Amino acid sequence: MLVSLDLLVNAIVAGILLGGFYAAVSVGVTISFGMLDIANIAQPAFILLGCYAAYLTNLYFGLDPILTGILMTPAFFVLGMAVYRLYYYAFERRGDQAIQGLAFFFGLLFVGEVSLVLIFGVDYRFVEASYIGPSIHLGWVDLPLRMLLPCVFSLLMVGLLQLYLTRSFIGRAILAVSQDGLALQLMAASPTKIKQIAVGISIATCAVAGSFLIIIQPVEPSIGRDYIGRIFAICVLGGMTSFPGMLIAAMLLGVVESITATFYGPSWAPAVSFGFLLVALAVRPAGLMGR
Amino acid sequence: MRAGTFWLIVIAVGFAFIVVSRLYLTNEYFYFAGYVVLEYIVLSTAWNILGGYTGYTNFGTGAFFATGAYSSAVLHKLPALLHTTFDWTIPPIPLPVMILVGGLISGAMGLGTGYLTLRLRGVFFAIATLALSIVVQTLIVNWDFVGGSRGIYVIRPAHAPLGSSYIQYLFTLMTVLAVAAVGIARSIEGSRLGLGLATIRDDELAAEASGVPTLRLKLIATTISGGLMGMAGAPLPYYVTYLDPTSSFNLSYAVNSVAMPVIGGMTSWIGPVLGAILLGTIQQVATVTISSALNLLIVGVLLILFVIIAPNGIVGLVRSWRRRKEV
Repeated sequence: MLVSLDLLVNAIVAGILLGGFYAAVSVGVTISFGMLDIANIAQPAFILLGCYAAYLTNLYFGLDPILTGILMTPAFFVLGMAVYRLYYYAFERRGDQAIQGLAFFFGLLFVGEVSLVLIFGVDYRFVEASYIGPSIHLGWVDLPLRMLLPCVFSLLMVGLLQLYLTRSFIGRAILAVSQDGLALQLMAASPTKIKQIAVGISIATCAVAGSFLIIIQPVEPSIGRDYIGRIFAICVLGGMTSFPGMLIAAMLLGVVESITATFYGPSWAPAVSFGFLLVALAVRPAGLMGR
Repeated sequence: MRAGTFWLIVIAVGFAFIVVSRLYLTNEYFYFAGYVVLEYIVLSTAWNILGGYTGYTNFGTGAFFATGAYSSAVLHKLPALLHTTFDWTIPPIPLPVMILVGGLISGAMGLGTGYLTLRLRGVFFAIATLALSIVVQTLIVNWDFVGGSRGIYVIRPAHAPLGSSYIQYLFTLMTVLAVAAVGIARSIEGSRLGLGLATIRDDELAAEASGVPTLRLKLIATTISGGLMGMAGAPLPYYVTYLDPTSSFNLSYAVNSVAMPVIGGMTSWIGPVLGAILLGTIQQVATVTISSALNLLIVGVLLILFVIIAPNGIVGLVRSWRRRKEV
């Protein structure tokens, strides 16, 4: 097969844009799972919730999806805190978070998906906005706006979160919990409260990520599953706790997936991310930038 | 009770079950519904060997189950393929052979998964199994011989052995599998292997330090667990007569096989059986009377409620109730 250069370059550019979006999707899990050891595999369900929130406001009020996503973050923050409360009282406090905690999040994922099916059906839903459709042409490289905008906003969000975690008091407390919760308790700070805020932030990112997702592609309830592998692959490859590592991993996955889809057909793309994850877990569990 | 006695009892119960159902049940629907419940007994018992005894959460039930189903689909097409390409004529392969082959292939896959992932603990293992099921599904979707994403039609043979209708034959086979699964689970529980697995569940590091060959035991557990799941999946093509990736890799198999042991109780063989009978029956009834989407919601909600309120399942509830009565 003759690989034409412009096809390859376009695939790589599309992959980088996709990777930017993947960073927005995985940043929440990097906080909750990477930093705080809370294996929230229900994250895709919350992202889908964000999708449908953006869909509804777009359908009935004609609101811009990204704007909705940002406006919804406080509600998702509260939801996240509530989920953590429940998780804390039911599992963390009792000390048996392993299988039961996982089963809890697995059940949550499933209940979220089935509820969305019951409410919205299994039809594909999409939003309307002025930037869905047109693209910018730079020579023979196409930059579709519906990929470019999510990528830009996602990088912005990750940057802001990075600033928040390293500069603000609570952000640094979150990093401290991730390093040593017991030591933090000795400094008279409550890891539980800090974790609650952190999980709140982690779920709040789902509102924004969900609005990006429904801009990029039409959405139906079961597509969330495809993201579990991507999210955790990126989180693990990125070295669990570092945002820069996560960004690199997200871009890498985006590019590999996009090249696979371009040259071998999109039906192979899911295997790429999960294959990535399996190899990452088997060969290098410490991640690309690991300790 | 010795393991041998237990085997005799389970076999007797299974045999009695088949005979009684043959004598008194004329409605074919019972066999269709009963088949699913029995299938879940096998799946949840198999899951529990790895999840309950060893403490490793497997979210990839769908992968092993569908591998068994697709190996049967391949064997089903094999005689025709050999005939057209090599002009060899072989008779159609009987279903029990397919079940054994499906079990072997899924068992081998379990062994492979074990090698690849069992150095991973807890959450990482769970996520890896979830990933495995999507990778296998993608392979099947892109494999044209078994129909790819379009699916494949499997025509049942005109005559069923044992002088019965075909669904009764499937029902009988699944009862045999359920008996075998429960017997195996109970034998493991009381054996040195079971003790070793329990030490891994309680503290893997300590187990390894005291000389338990943890990796080997875990590989045995994944192989048995995967093999049983594959055997449960092998008759599926003949049950549904139309096999497609979306429904055979359905996440509901994974959710159910996690939910049933969790709800029943993960520490002994009776837990998954109780959970499967209870949840399986509720789902069959709900599918007929309410709707099939809602019955999945019931499973999810029950799973969440049980892990929060009764983390040791029904068996745990009964035990603590008994203890309270003694005091």
